[in-house]
Amino acid sequence: MPKITYIEHDGKSHEIEVPKGLSVMEGAVQNNVPGIDADCGGSCACATCHVYIKEEWSDKIPKKESAEEDMIDMAFEPNKFSRLTCQITVTDELDGLVVKMPSKQG
Amino acid sequence: MIKTDVLVIGAGPVGIFVVQQLGLIGLKAEVVDNLDKIGGQCIELYPDKPIYDIPALPSCTGESLTKNLLEQIKPFKTNFHLNERVQEISKEENNWKIKTSGTKVFVAPNVIIAAGVGSFEPRKFSVKEAEKFENNGIYYSIKDKTLFKKKKICIFGGGDSALDWAIELSKFAEITLVHRRNEFRGAEHSATTARQLEKEGKLKIKTPFHIESIEGDKKITGITIKHENGTVEKLPTDCVLGFFGLIMKLGPIAEWGLNLDKKTIPVSTESFQTNKEGIFAIGDICTYPGKLKLILSGFHEGALAARACFKLARPNEKYRFEFTTTSKVLQGRLGVKKSD
Repeated sequence: MPKITYIEHDGKSHEIEVPKGLSVMEGAVQNNVPGIDADCGGSCACATCHVYIKEEWSDKIPKKESAEEDMIDMAFEPNKFSRLTCQITVTDELDGLVVKMPSKQG
Repeated sequence: MIKTDVLVIGAGPVGIFVVQQLGLIGLKAEVVDNLDKIGGQCIELYPDKPIYDIPALPSCTGESLTKNLLEQIKPFKTNFHLNERVQEISKEENNWKIKTSGTKVFVAPNVIIAAGVGSFEPRKFSVKEAEKFENNGIYYSIKDKTLFKKKKICIFGGGDSALDWAIELSKFAEITLVHRRNEFRGAEHSATTARQLEKEGKLKIKTPFHIESIEGDKKITGITIKHENGTVEKLPTDCVLGFFGLIMKLGPIAEWGLNLDKKTIPVSTESFQTNKEGIFAIGDICTYPGKLKLILSGFHEGALAARACFKLARPNEKYRFEFTTTSKVLQGRLGVKKSD
């Protein structure tokens, strides 16, 4: 099963095995990883599942669609590595992905 | 003071539909919502996005769903109290007494919380000086635009609010529109208008920039913005406007002594009652084993919660289950006219 590492803003790291097909957001929420709120439940409508993708991964995951880019406008302290985890589906290729959480979601 | 059978908190689809379920069994409801319009997330977050899983509606939008639900509760002539956030709750004999952020006070034996993920509040600037200047130089909404006449104003955001206000205020103020990327997500014609005004020297646009700091002692004197490539610029500024959309906060409900599981309220699946008698939770805000955050689940939850409300609202009457297809009583409440 692909392993995803979620790093909280204070540096606390959670390595989670996430079944393929779930979103990176669901991997966090279902395993009680703090720092990802996902208020809208995963419909790309709230920007509270925002993370920063570790630089070396930013080219390896599928590109953002415009709806995600639009929503990131509303995220807390976005930068060029910002992604919304509800829009990233876990696949074998994402095994080893590392995401870092912002200091808060809003 | 407003007396009613049920106070419904939240005017989203589930809050509206529960009014219909209550109305059918003869209970009167009042609805409170913190937003300035009816519809909740459906209207605020995705008015134009199609929804495909409402039973018997192959496809609808958040806006059309809200419109149809309102049509469905028309016979019950319900009051919606908008721009009001519920604040305090206290027990008064057999009733709950609820005060709002305005001056309204409701008294009801039943309270149904259909508040989704909480009340919508503006997203704010993350820089630490922002709080100090809130409503004294920093604003997240505009009530009186004349206050901004001849001022130096920096507007942040890339959506319709940011674009529309930049265009409007540029008529009588010095505007700099700042956004984190080069593209604006607001309406294309607004973005085009803003670019045109920039060419004519009537407003400035700074992208891709974000706010770095706010300067000033008693009032704002300037701000520092940072380009994506790290370079910084200082802008003399009187006012800063932020339009980053809304975020949902559970708010004062969290202090009501209800059991909470993260940001949701555990309920019994028979009645959708919380740990307090007469306080129910339905829709996205409630949780129980197997809970699905779907609008259709909220409708079912509302139907059961409404029946549970009957006991406290009409302690001396017996609830009778009836169908709208056959019951003269229900048809009477719906205002159905007999046709030959």
